[in-house]
Amino acid sequence: MKPAAFDYVVADSVDAAVAALGRGDAKIIAGGQSLVPMLNFRLLRPSVLVDINRIPGLAFIRDDDTSIKIGALARHHQLETSPVIARHFPVLAEAMRHVAHLAIRNRGTIGGSLSHADPAAELPMMAMLLDAEMHVARTSGTRTVAARDFFRDALSVGLGEEEIVTEIVVPKLPPHTGWGFEEVARRSGDFALAAVAVTLTLSDGTIVQARIAITGVAPTPRRVTSAESMLVGARLDRGVDDDVIESVRAVAEPETDLHASADYRRHLVGVLARRALGAAWRRAA
Amino acid sequence: MSTREISVTVNGTAHRHAVEPRLLLSDFLRHTLGLTGTHVGCEHGVCGACTVLLDGDSVRACLMFAVQADGCRIDTVEGLGQIGALNPLQEAFHAHHALQCGFCTPGMLMTATDLLKKYPLATDDEIREGLSGNLCRCTGYQHIVAAIRTVKDDA
Repeated sequence: MKPAAFDYVVADSVDAAVAALGRGDAKIIAGGQSLVPMLNFRLLRPSVLVDINRIPGLAFIRDDDTSIKIGALARHHQLETSPVIARHFPVLAEAMRHVAHLAIRNRGTIGGSLSHADPAAELPMMAMLLDAEMHVARTSGTRTVAARDFFRDALSVGLGEEEIVTEIVVPKLPPHTGWGFEEVARRSGDFALAAVAVTLTLSDGTIVQARIAITGVAPTPRRVTSAESMLVGARLDRGVDDDVIESVRAVAEPETDLHASADYRRHLVGVLARRALGAAWRRAA
Repeated sequence: MSTREISVTVNGTAHRHAVEPRLLLSDFLRHTLGLTGTHVGCEHGVCGACTVLLDGDSVRACLMFAVQADGCRIDTVEGLGQIGALNPLQEAFHAHHALQCGFCTPGMLMTATDLLKKYPLATDDEIREGLSGNLCRCTGYQHIVAAIRTVKDDA
């Protein structure tokens, strides 16, 4: 399995990358951990590959007062081990350990994972959970897209052909926020059959803000806003109401494939939601 | 076919070659440089047999192009030790019978090299999780885990 021939352009700046995207049927290569298999299988045959790995200054993880800013070329392993991420988003650090294997995490980038938007990937789900914003560069300057407007369908995002994600801005969580992350995959490092990530923010012992994101059970990662509203004002010392779990299952739109049936995935996402909510409650309390 | 000149340092030796952009790093190592210790199993990043170190980090050599490695340092299984002078990880694989057919072994060794550097590997479960991206169809992994455990505990 060898890729079809392509022209290769090394971009030394974001502007150069955007300009090179205008050259015919071009494709960006960052970590390449999803792209190169598709090239090897010849599912994709771009005429030009624009390599952004050598653009300086795009691999940062920066504390910016009210938010954390992450450069598009930050690798999964960087997020997994960053003290800044561990301190502000332990849920993200935990999720990164579920992404494939070390050799893939050494190479795969945050910008690449978000732009590729695999329906069972962890990073898009984290972007949804944490209300991240994507900074996008294009020929005529830059624009910002909220995660909720970014993921359109399986492997489909709100990016134009000559646009590139340069940075992700993740607002810091309020104090007294607990988190939970639960995933089931066939084998360690496989894509999730279902995964649930949760944050709960408490005030005076009750929930004032809840966020629930699910992945692997719909064409895109989703927030379960119905369940989130039910949880505001609640306490979870005696477990999670079945209504909440049912509304998580209702938002899932799983498909049957080789790995699991739709029914199993729908059941699973509820089980995982219960566990993740329990963990978040304990951590917040 | 247009080619591009690249310079790479493989196991400490500098090489300069003209490569086609679509040439996978795995094929560059095996066919251009004749370093056939790096094995090729699946060619889509699943089996881990082609794992090498790129500037010290483990990567799948089938998931990048040789042209992308321009200016980089690459370490392959050939650089770990010599016959008669194996490195401690290779010695441990030998002592624990951590290979049978040997096809996955180069990838196992390069992966384990990076795991030992980056993770505490406090439990065997952690070693197993670290090896989950490297397929072995002979050993049942037990001996491989034992070999890595020995190196960790002796370190």
